Amino acid sequence: MLAISPPGWGANLLRGLANSIQIAVGAFGLGLAIGIAGAWGKLYGSPIVRDLMEVYTTVVRAVPELVLILLLYYAGTDLINRALDGLGYAPVDISGLVAGIGVLGIVQGAYATEVIRGAILAIPQGQIEAARAYGMPPGKMLRRITLPAMLPFAIPGLANLWLIATKDTALLAVVGFNELTQETRQAGATTKAYFTFFVAAGVLYLLLTLFSNVIIGRIERWARRGMPPIAETGR
Amino acid sequence: MAAVDAAHHPAPTDGVAAEAIHVENLHKKFGQLHVLKGVSLSARDGEVVAIIGGSGSGKSTLLRCINCLENPTSGIIRVNGEQIRLKPNGFGDSIPADRRQIERIRSRLGMVFQSFNLWSHMTLLENVIEVPVHVLGIKRAAAIVEAEKLLARVGLAEKRDVYPAYLSGGQQQRAAIARALAVQPRVMLFDEPTSALDPELVGEVLKVIGDLAREGRTMVLVTHEMKFAREVATHVIYLWNGVVEEEGPPEQIFGAPKSERLKQFIRSIG
Repeated sequence: MLAISPPGWGANLLRGLANSIQIAVGAFGLGLAIGIAGAWGKLYGSPIVRDLMEVYTTVVRAVPELVLILLLYYAGTDLINRALDGLGYAPVDISGLVAGIGVLGIVQGAYATEVIRGAILAIPQGQIEAARAYGMPPGKMLRRITLPAMLPFAIPGLANLWLIATKDTALLAVVGFNELTQETRQAGATTKAYFTFFVAAGVLYLLLTLFSNVIIGRIERWARRGMPPIAETGR
Repeated sequence: MAAVDAAHHPAPTDGVAAEAIHVENLHKKFGQLHVLKGVSLSARDGEVVAIIGGSGSGKSTLLRCINCLENPTSGIIRVNGEQIRLKPNGFGDSIPADRRQIERIRSRLGMVFQSFNLWSHMTLLENVIEVPVHVLGIKRAAAIVEAEKLLARVGLAEKRDVYPAYLSGGQQQRAAIARALAVQPRVMLFDEPTSALDPELVGEVLKVIGDLAREGRTMVLVTHEMKFAREVATHVIYLWNGVVEEEGPPEQIFGAPKSERLKQFIRSIG
């Protein structure tokens, strides 16, 4: 039943996994971009920008993700099309992939804002001050000093967000997007072998997490290159 | 036109060295706290101005106002004859009116901090070439050649690929001095460069600073090291409670102080 070629459903599951990974990567990337901008806005923005960011992170983190997904997916696409219609453009068909990335990205962005804000606050302020004292313009300071210096403090939180992103893709099953959970449900419904397929899907999610952990470990080692290892006790 | 030129070029000096730093009637308030009450300071090319004073006298604040790391409440600041344009920020302080101007001025003031403030994600070499390459626009290869010379000069040539956290405070501070030298500063600003160091590491840093002073570098130095100030300074300013209580050549300040408070200060510090 799990064979790659029909009548096996293996290919379907793998296609679902590929879709899930695509959304997770896109949503995490979008969330990271929103998070950097959001953290910057919260820390250094004008009072209005700060308030806007506060509203965004509060609302998004307050509403259940499933509700947000349904809301943004149906109401969001409807809104966009109405706006286009009002401006005299033809309505567009927003693909499930783009909508999924957009919705999960907005959710991820709210959490990433807080993770990155905390990490920026953890940078020894002298390093930021040194960049100012040497005349570094703000954009360059963000790229050259603030982001690399905050990275070691942000990675545990961002790694969590990435793993959550991989699993939140399953929520898009409710809007009919063919990611791993949806494919699994279909395979189960057709063959009635629910147990086999959901265990298989579980294993795929687990493999994705294990693989992610290896990559995250490498990134963390690289990000902490300037920091002496924390002494291990009891050895 | 003439006014613009005057703002950008030091005035003709008639044999007297040009003024590298000019601070006039500087005030700084932190809320209700009046930290600087009309301080003036001048450093000509080649001069070493030492600012001394007890804790809370405002000496670090004065230094940090020169490159607007601290926003002055009011006053005039000129660097190499160019006046920093200030505008009110709405909270009672003045902030630089022209971001590009202040960035340009800052990039040529080599600042050395009490707590080194090296960038922890960069090796020493990367720290030293960072500003030349990414702010001043110097070619990377040329910056590396220069940086290697500077690291060798402060005795850290073999540590070029080491991250700051793996070095002693003295080594970090010497690297920070190399970083400051890499911008070819017209003036170097030292903010208590040895105060965060273990006593046995102070000497190595003072030696590097002393060598720089003796080769005629212009510097403004906030320090607690009275013996050192007496040795290298050409002019000493004693700050007390936000005002210049007494100033003059080191022989006068340390040898024949007039002010009662300065006498007491010198006695107390040994």
